[in-house]
Amino acid sequence: MCIGFPGKVLSISEDGFALIDVNGVRREACLDLVDQEVAVGDYVLCHAGYAIHRLDEAVALEKLEFLRDLIRNEIY
Amino acid sequence: MKFIDEFRDPDLIRGLLKGIEKTAERIGRPVTVMEVCGTHTMAIGRFGLRRLLPAGIRLVSGPGCPVCVTAIEDVDRALHLAGRKGILFATFGDMLRVPGTGGVTLQKLRADGADVRVVLSPADVIALAEKNRSQEVVFMGIGFETTAPAAASLILRARERNLDNLTVFAVHKLIPPAMKALVEDPELKLDGFLCPGHVSTIIGAKAYEFLPEQAGASAVITGFEPVDILEGILMILRQIDTGERKVEIQYTRAVNPEGNPRALALMERVFEPGQAPWRGLGSMDGSGLRIRDAYGPLDAAKRFAFPEIHSEEVRGCACGTVLRGAMRPSRCPLFRVRCNPRNPLGPCMVSSEGTCAACFKYHREEEP
Repeated sequence: MCIGFPGKVLSISEDGFALIDVNGVRREACLDLVDQEVAVGDYVLCHAGYAIHRLDEAVALEKLEFLRDLIRNEIY
Repeated sequence: MKFIDEFRDPDLIRGLLKGIEKTAERIGRPVTVMEVCGTHTMAIGRFGLRRLLPAGIRLVSGPGCPVCVTAIEDVDRALHLAGRKGILFATFGDMLRVPGTGGVTLQKLRADGADVRVVLSPADVIALAEKNRSQEVVFMGIGFETTAPAAASLILRARERNLDNLTVFAVHKLIPPAMKALVEDPELKLDGFLCPGHVSTIIGAKAYEFLPEQAGASAVITGFEPVDILEGILMILRQIDTGERKVEIQYTRAVNPEGNPRALALMERVFEPGQAPWRGLGSMDGSGLRIRDAYGPLDAAKRFAFPEIHSEEVRGCACGTVLRGAMRPSRCPLFRVRCNPRNPLGPCMVSSEGTCAACFKYHREEEP
């Protein structure tokens, strides 16, 4: 029950639910809890049928790049 | 970017393992790290991370499986509700096989004719209540800070629609009070915590500040992919190495330092902290969530009268000790032989996030 997974928003309904694509599987996610604006095409973190966070691709990529740098320069 | 494969990159994993080895060597003493969350426990098993770590780094599993920490009294109360005439009892699938006193489960009650439904989301309960107006629909609200806001949203939506046949039986729990009890446990001697990623998406980083400040323990909020978990471990080791204990966020793509204010506000509006019983940890002040009086009509604990139930754990079941991180499942006398996924005697073997289930599935070679 506690598995959170990322999904891509396909559409958003008027009553605050998004249809999301999770690796090819379509699921519904309630948008009551997510604290950023969510648009079609965004990735959201979904937990027990609720989107709890909008995933920011730039943040994730920057983090991976930084991690590669740390390893490459033997800081880690 | 799909936010999964990128965090399973073999080169990054090799680099992190090298860093872990170097840092562990510099520290020169054994280190004990607790992964609090059941999803971490499962991921560590699934990706075989334990055996990649240097011998001195010990990972212990904590109480972060909501089904597992639900006290037997609460399981029995849920079973009582589900067995009553006229009730449609909805809950998450994990709850179905959790045994109450005498080995009764929701699944068995359902086979005997009780109306027990599995939902994937609290939001699904609205439709259930609308379609089944002649029944009292009870949703068992279980889970930590990640699921409690969803239950709060359900309660607010039910009120908005004047659904008078819907109530929530809430046994939600809060993670920081449990971590406080564990870090103070002299038997465990924990150096640091991999803090639960998605609980932290909601509560943020501040909630863990007592760990470095009061107990000198490291706290790193960590994601669930192998790169995340190994980096989380490395960040704890680096804190030990430099002596600077603090709360850090490894899982930056999903966690803001302030958490999710919208979800927190919803939770705060519907619930208030209260005393709650935990399996393995006993009753702790402020560790549970009660539905506020303003939403009393939606509270199953108020709507229904409970008889006195004499609750009793399965004899010999060590789930309580396992949940505190004080025993590996393989040391439980019931493990594998009498208690296994086909015939689970305790909740830690039932749940897909349970420590015993993870140990059974992924650590077959582990010696008792």
